Amino acid sequence: MILNASGCLDALTAPEAALSLDAFVTKTVTPLPRGGNVPVRIAETQHGMLNSIGLANPGLDAFLAETLPRLVMLGVPLWVSVGGFSAREYATSCARLDACEEVHVLELNLSCPNVDEAPESAAEIVAACRAATSKPLYAKLSPSAWDVAVVARAVEDAGADGLSLVNTLRGLALDERTLRPRLATATGGYSGPPLKPVALAAVWACRRATRLPIVGMGGVWTGRDALELHAAGATAIGVGTALFADPAAAARIRGELLSELKTHGLSSVSDAIGIAHDELPRVGGVTARRSTKSLDLVQKRTA
Amino acid sequence: MPARELREVVATEHVGAYTLLRVARGRLDAGLPGQFFMLGTPRRLLPRPMSLCLAPPDELAFLVDPIGPGTRALAALSPGDEVSVFGPLGNGFRLDVERPLLVGGGIGIAPLPYLSSWLDEPPAILGFRSEWHAEAAALVPNAQVVVEPTYVTDVIPRERRDVLACGPEPMLEAVRALVPAAQLAWEAPMACGYGACYGCAVELDGEWRRLCVDGPVLERAA
Repeated sequence: MILNASGCLDALTAPEAALSLDAFVTKTVTPLPRGGNVPVRIAETQHGMLNSIGLANPGLDAFLAETLPRLVMLGVPLWVSVGGFSAREYATSCARLDACEEVHVLELNLSCPNVDEAPESAAEIVAACRAATSKPLYAKLSPSAWDVAVVARAVEDAGADGLSLVNTLRGLALDERTLRPRLATATGGYSGPPLKPVALAAVWACRRATRLPIVGMGGVWTGRDALELHAAGATAIGVGTALFADPAAAARIRGELLSELKTHGLSSVSDAIGIAHDELPRVGGVTARRSTKSLDLVQKRTA
Repeated sequence: MPARELREVVATEHVGAYTLLRVARGRLDAGLPGQFFMLGTPRRLLPRPMSLCLAPPDELAFLVDPIGPGTRALAALSPGDEVSVFGPLGNGFRLDVERPLLVGGGIGIAPLPYLSSWLDEPPAILGFRSEWHAEAAALVPNAQVVVEPTYVTDVIPRERRDVLACGPEPMLEAVRALVPAAQLAWEAPMACGYGACYGCAVELDGEWRRLCVDGPVLERAA
């Protein structure tokens, strides 16, 4: 299952790209309209990019009245990304979206690096939303948490149905000549290929810590990247920055992923999910996993 | 949505401070003047928006100002290199004008040669920051050229003209103050070119607009 990362595609300006996905995730919707942050809002860096869009969106009223009906007409399953500045705001939005049959999943954006955060914890926000809706709730978490698995367990206990891992990391880029910040807000969210190891680590940790399905995202550029996130435990894949470079990225990645599965002798995506956590198969009675030996050494030393 | 295709570089030519990047057109549509293409090289993560400068037979030509890593990578391409070409995108100039006057500043003259060819080579006023940059004026027929400290707004005639302008933001604001009905082609950093990233949004007359899908050419609401 391949989705777009929230904020990385407008299905209404690029319906072909949206229809190549298994579900379309909207840009984050907040209760009130937001123009977003002042320009300059984006900057390419040596290996990735920074954005500071600032959750520009028409607000929930206009979204429900104007955007949602047009999205529904596309016929692609819809996930709505929900944002807010307090648990109450999130919950109010969830309650209103709960009445929209066409919305399949609510993804709670608990980790935008470009706006002020709600004062409550991720788990408190999830709990408030859980009380407001019976729709599946995915919690989109920041990779900046010291231990994302702790947050994942907390939101699972609070009633989340899934995790979206990861949002961008906060970053800064300076102008070549002036040595001043390139973004008007100075810092922004860092995305692109350098995020992949960060995403892999978060997915890996949360796969071990929870039983929740995981949308893995962060630097997915190729089918190989998607395969690795599946192997670490992701049950679905989100494509973000790659869509900026190529509107057909999701379709390409899907094709490459199928070839990768074949190359690795895997018959389907479900065979790949979490495989990185398994011991390598025994060859001639000896485990081919190097870490077994080093683990023995560690045990001897500590004994 | 247009196709995004790989194309071969035919040539790169120095035009004063700028580089004219000539790309094999294939079956790509050249689009209307003021529309743009996202050009990507394998050396950079993201493509760059470039308005079409010239459309010679079988080619698309873009004027590049090599001021950052992305534009430098485009300017450094050699014949035979591959470049991804995605476009034409956005809304170009409205061409039903009676007495056109083209106004361009710096790299903002990029769409004017192609625009000029559509409008039977109307008069143009071009401003540059140096004589070296002003060499690019040779691309635009019937052009009056000014170099700083003279600005294009110093020489725009007072009689009624349909102004079609492209240039840096301060120039566009100055042109708009002089000719409120001018069609202005704006520029902003852009990651995607097709409405996905919201990076190019600008607030004009109290309304936020994405230059890639609502522009880059915008007119003041009547």
